[in-house]
Amino acid sequence: MPTTFTLNGAQQTLDAPPEMPLLWAVRDLAGLTGTKYGCGVGLCGACTVHVDGEAVRACLVTLDEVDGKTVTTIEGLDPEGEHPVQRAWRELNVPQCGFCQAGQIMQAASLIAAKPDITDAEILEGMRGNVCRCGCYQRIVAAVRHAATGI
Amino acid sequence: MLNHLPEHLRPGARDAARQSIIMRVDRRDVLKGALAGFALGLFARPATAFEPYPTGGLEMPRGLVTDPLVFVSIDPDGTVTIVAHRSEMGQGSRTSLPMVLADEMDADWNRVKIVQAPGDEPRYGNQDTDGSRSLRHHVQSMRQMGAAVREMLRRAAAKSWGVEPSAVTVGLHEAQGPGGQRAGFGELAEAAMVEPVPAFEELTFKDEAAFRYIGKGEVQITDLRDITTGAAIYGADVILDGMKTAVIARPPVLGGKVKSYDATETLAVPGVEQVIELAGAEAPVNFLPLGGLAVVATNTWAAEQGREKLKIEWEDGPNAGYESGSYRAAMDAASQAPDNIFREQGDTPAAFAAAAKTFERAYFQTHMAHIPMEPPVAVANVTADACEVWLPVQSPYGAREDLAKDLGIPIENVKVNVTLLGGGFGRKSKWDFAIEAARLSQAVGAPVRVQWSREDDIRHSFMHTTSVERLRVAMDGKGKVTGWHHTSVAPSILSTFAPDSGYQFFIEHGMGHVDAPWDVPNIRCDNAKAMAHARIGWFRSVSNVPRAWAVQSFIAELADELGRDHKEMLLELIGPPRKVDIATAGMPEDFWNYGEPYEEYPIDTGRLAHVVEVAADAAGWGASLPEGEGIGLAVHRSFVTYVAVAARVKVVDRVIRVPEMHFAVDCGFAANPERIRSQMEGSAVMGMTLALHSGITYENGRVQQSNFYDYDVVRSDNFPERVDVHIVPHPFSVHASGIGEPGVPPVAPAIGNAIFAATGQRLRDLPLGTEV
Repeated sequence: MPTTFTLNGAQQTLDAPPEMPLLWAVRDLAGLTGTKYGCGVGLCGACTVHVDGEAVRACLVTLDEVDGKTVTTIEGLDPEGEHPVQRAWRELNVPQCGFCQAGQIMQAASLIAAKPDITDAEILEGMRGNVCRCGCYQRIVAAVRHAATGI
Repeated sequence: MLNHLPEHLRPGARDAARQSIIMRVDRRDVLKGALAGFALGLFARPATAFEPYPTGGLEMPRGLVTDPLVFVSIDPDGTVTIVAHRSEMGQGSRTSLPMVLADEMDADWNRVKIVQAPGDEPRYGNQDTDGSRSLRHHVQSMRQMGAAVREMLRRAAAKSWGVEPSAVTVGLHEAQGPGGQRAGFGELAEAAMVEPVPAFEELTFKDEAAFRYIGKGEVQITDLRDITTGAAIYGADVILDGMKTAVIARPPVLGGKVKSYDATETLAVPGVEQVIELAGAEAPVNFLPLGGLAVVATNTWAAEQGREKLKIEWEDGPNAGYESGSYRAAMDAASQAPDNIFREQGDTPAAFAAAAKTFERAYFQTHMAHIPMEPPVAVANVTADACEVWLPVQSPYGAREDLAKDLGIPIENVKVNVTLLGGGFGRKSKWDFAIEAARLSQAVGAPVRVQWSREDDIRHSFMHTTSVERLRVAMDGKGKVTGWHHTSVAPSILSTFAPDSGYQFFIEHGMGHVDAPWDVPNIRCDNAKAMAHARIGWFRSVSNVPRAWAVQSFIAELADELGRDHKEMLLELIGPPRKVDIATAGMPEDFWNYGEPYEEYPIDTGRLAHVVEVAADAAGWGASLPEGEGIGLAVHRSFVTYVAVAARVKVVDRVIRVPEMHFAVDCGFAANPERIRSQMEGSAVMGMTLALHSGITYENGRVQQSNFYDYDVVRSDNFPERVDVHIVPHPFSVHASGIGEPGVPPVAPAIGNAIFAATGQRLRDLPLGTEV
């Protein structure tokens, strides 16, 4: 049964099993590869996207759950790639391998949108679901703070 | 679907460097080996800031290439294209090496484009990106090629202005003549590239004070923008027309086979097209696939669903009895009866017989898996007599050679495109996943992506070895150490490549075992048998992890036993500043110094002691701390780099927290301090993960862990929040050494020693767990 939703601002209809995880629908069917597979069970955050503005793990959301909703992936976070979180990431030269970073950025963007005056403790708690095996956490946390506060 | 791929990754793409103006000029006088010849003293050395020196890079397969026409091209618009021939997995070599070349040629980094080389060692020289070798082996050739291009541009400008080359100066991306003439690199490109490539002795090198990028740490990483916008291409991001996706059910026990199976339900899953049996390799398995059943489908989800519905009966084979608890007990027993001595300095048995006091402890580490964030993945397109693959792989030419052999296709017809690696850590030095994809593509007659799940990755890794390290010292009546005896028992990496003798081999010996730098008259290093029952491979820092864990914990324990300050004890064992004389140290003939000539990269105890002092001072060693807090210290030389770590631990409600870590790093000349710092920050996190979390165990030959819920890592709610990195400054003449790996080994013992300082509890088994 086809599912129709808004993907990065454009209407998207995908004819796929309704129980297919959004992650694989976005990657394999819509061809958007910025959203990464890291664990498939919601424990690493590499596949974080926004559904109606809220950060979710795309490996745990099924296609039928986004029917009629608005999905934003890293490719659609900002048309110019200049979201404050993306800019902060560049200013602090955050990534190493970079694989988890799309998920980290999507999580961070959702956190600071929900709470612009976010505290350090809230950053640490809010980012705990996003694993970085290279260990960029010092810079990730600093970049989230920088994006939120300019500091 | 192909338009999302950068040009060089599209099917059949030619090497991008060949397409621009330099390569259209049909001349190829190759300067291969100039650096080698020079370094061996075949030429007189000019007075320059750059005195070349030999490295192990000359001995690597297909060595070093110093031909700038292979690595650099300039377009008429002035765009300078530099080839990155090493794989990028987060260590930064795709930025740092081209940056060195660009600086030496006076190119404007903002006008530099980086293209990734395919696997082609005859053309680019060695591409095997592991062993912390990229800067160490290639910093000189990058400087040489940059200086050569600058000289060619200068000569071209001189000709066009009718002046002597000596009258032309080269500034940022342009040449300037004596009469105020100016010409940009783009204008000069075509004429410059018909200039003969100057030999090394014709080159002038920049004074180090004139470096624009080298040593500054101000350059952003090459892929930064693409990474932050989702445009960066990793292995799984290559989508080809008509591509199938496959997942594989592999034998749960090493050496196991499919006995029988029923794929009826699998084939009923919409999107599943075929189930194909893959042959497994006989031991030693090398990098060949483990075999099993592949489910080939139109998309990943269908393939996963199909695999879940397979009914397979396995025949487990000879490793079905592998069980971690009993294996550890056997290693521990073996460590008490070592039977293979390979370093014997002085008379250690006599030292122990005459000792006023002896002290002995044993340390343990479980297996670990690398778990790069990007699990193994490969895309292959095999046609009748050709194979093209897209791989996140550390050694693309090694993969190419094995693919040619496995498929029976001439190597000229095999192309290995290198994507970004979503982490490597040694896992992606092994290309079993590439061979899986190629065999399946050949079988189905279409492009195939093989996607490993996280569970596949954890269960079928090339495991970091498990080990027991037993240490004993003999002391005289004054507590001075007179004898050092280190027994290491661990299944060997060599078992993956050759019939298993049960003994570790010279490369493993060289990593924190025979290279013991101590100022102790009698030193014995030995091991005992431990047969492998898992696929053993190298994990970032390799044997240095368990060795540094054991040795650096042991010295702290010894200091405590003797009532001495740990730092003082450590410095006393390191002894006076000297280069360890390996000729009189009872070293084995095959002593391995990370592949480097010993006279160029000796064990320098002065540098070792210095990093201890720097880290200890930075952390406030000796200051009194609140209850439940402690500072721990550890130092280790690996990959010919010296790293000391002082970690501050705070135990809160029994939970081990590491609020602060100080790294002192002596890696010789620091080409890109910013990426050195990022590697140390990452080492702090990976070191804390392996200290507290990482443990792979086996039961009935099967790995017991499978995903982040039972194989967790450090996360943002408990990580080393402050990591200060102190880089010992050196000129270029102090050879650049490794950076990717040497930060990791001292972290776990620094944490362990800090836990002891904070709580009085001495922990000897890695992983320690998250609570005390």
